[in-house]
Amino acid sequence: MTMTTITRNFLTTPEVDVEADVQTEEMLVNMGPQHPSTHGVLRLVLRTDGEMVLEAVPHIGYLHRCAEKIGENLAYFQYVPYTDRMDYLAGMNNNVGWALAVEKLAKFEVPRRAAYIRVVICELNRIASHLVSMGAYGLDLGAFTPFLYAFREREFILDLFEAACGARLTYSYATIGGVTHDLSREWIDKCGEFLDYFAPKIDEYDNLLSFNHIFVKRTADLGILTKQAALDYCITGPMLRGSGINWDLRKVKPYSCYEEFEFDVPVGDGRMGAVGDCWDRYYVRIQEMRQSAKILRQALGRLKDMPGSHRVATPRNFKVPAGEVYMETEGARGQLGFYIESQGGVIPYRVKARGPSFCNLAVTNDLCRECLLADVPAIVGSIDVVMGEVDR
Amino acid sequence: MAGQAIHIRSRSVYTSKPMNASEMIGLIETACAGAVVAKQADGLHPWVSVKPERWREVATFVRDDARLKLDMLRSITGLDYPDKKQLAAAYDLISFDHRHELCIKVFVDRPALPARPVIASVAEVWRAADWHERETYDLLGIAFEGHPDSVTDQDGTHPRRILLPDDWTGHPLRKDYVFPREYGGIPGSVEIDWAQKPDYPK
Repeated sequence: MTMTTITRNFLTTPEVDVEADVQTEEMLVNMGPQHPSTHGVLRLVLRTDGEMVLEAVPHIGYLHRCAEKIGENLAYFQYVPYTDRMDYLAGMNNNVGWALAVEKLAKFEVPRRAAYIRVVICELNRIASHLVSMGAYGLDLGAFTPFLYAFREREFILDLFEAACGARLTYSYATIGGVTHDLSREWIDKCGEFLDYFAPKIDEYDNLLSFNHIFVKRTADLGILTKQAALDYCITGPMLRGSGINWDLRKVKPYSCYEEFEFDVPVGDGRMGAVGDCWDRYYVRIQEMRQSAKILRQALGRLKDMPGSHRVATPRNFKVPAGEVYMETEGARGQLGFYIESQGGVIPYRVKARGPSFCNLAVTNDLCRECLLADVPAIVGSIDVVMGEVDR
Repeated sequence: MAGQAIHIRSRSVYTSKPMNASEMIGLIETACAGAVVAKQADGLHPWVSVKPERWREVATFVRDDARLKLDMLRSITGLDYPDKKQLAAAYDLISFDHRHELCIKVFVDRPALPARPVIASVAEVWRAADWHERETYDLLGIAFEGHPDSVTDQDGTHPRRILLPDDWTGHPLRKDYVFPREYGGIPGSVEIDWAQKPDYPK
């Protein structure tokens, strides 16, 4: 609806159209790098005609920390903390992704217990990351309560991680050869207790936020991502599945024993609006939390009595044979890929991190066409970017 | 209503016919005769290398051919080989329908800066290439010709920088890059030759 039709419908004296000859100009609005709704240091330059956004151009690079250049100067083990800081909300997934890539290039397998521990921590971190995504999304749209509910649950997960490896955000727990410390039986019991506590909480979020009339009005039928656009831009993760596309790397190309678990892949179905709108992407994340809990129960049950070591002993000067590898894992926001080229030796020749948020953010301009200004945080929030992954 | 989900069973029926790397490379060699320069079909990361001037033709072919259907461009990795005086761009592709993957590399000669090597842009073939090519130009200095978001300066046309500021000079991921002493008046770090330190791992 343009401004002229709005005035025509609601103006009391329809024969006099006071806005017929008003000159309008396009305006460039800067949603600057410091903004509460842009999920980090993202700068969006919006070209608006009144309230309607014609173009939204993202400018990134404010969190560029030269991770790839640093990768060319550090040994493989030393690089693990740098992978933490890429997607800092789901650090375990990044660690596991790097470790799997290096292990694939160096051609050795980790023990089964280590692979199961990796699955446990990755899924727990996926739940924690989706909690932040859900809470922050509600916060962007003005729903202040679910944010703290989500963070209350996230505190339990962070306490578990702190017990496992000592850190709450930047773990460096999954390293090359396995994980640094084993998980004790008490830890596994505590994690089971957390899952019992957490199961009804997701229903609570549904009651609070997902089916809330205002939330649905603000997110349904908005930012529709078609299948063709999703494949063309190589969108991955919950954003791809929100468009009704059944593609999860844990099912398509399983790694780290994921093929031994029973879980569903939630996809968007357009029940609140169109398939691939913001609500679908949001709801896929809620459903993924339920599926992660399902994987966790299976993994914890089998991990309790599983023999084996949590780590393969690797030599101090760990050399990787010459060659290259590109290994992708399903991170919380999409497929995180590492391209490593080695020329023999202790230090890689080239490290490239393919951040899922980098690829997902490229579609912002297409999604924000012809939307209102207040819809921009709704769309950017549904993409769920972490700038650490975009800029690396 | 709350909590009900429509899940699609993971073992969905799809008609996929994955090919292995040597079959895919063979198909590209026959269809785009003369475009393939080198190939490596075995190993962890099978790749095929094509000539830069035939790249757009090969890209359109691998995306549209029904047996290959490599429609997802996962990543473009820029590579620098100063000893061979070459730069390369490695395009990692995967097919959504057939679920097979392939890497296509394009090698170009590495002239001395400020001249830039040129590879045809495939941003019209895969929209994902848009930002990846901007990043590869930004960090390695490969100019992609025909990129939709290009700027022209005194050294030619190149995609707009994405991670670094627009007025940055140099391309940091090159092996001979020297970190600047200052940028816009802000002092930078002192250049340390890490390889000369005694405890640098060999």
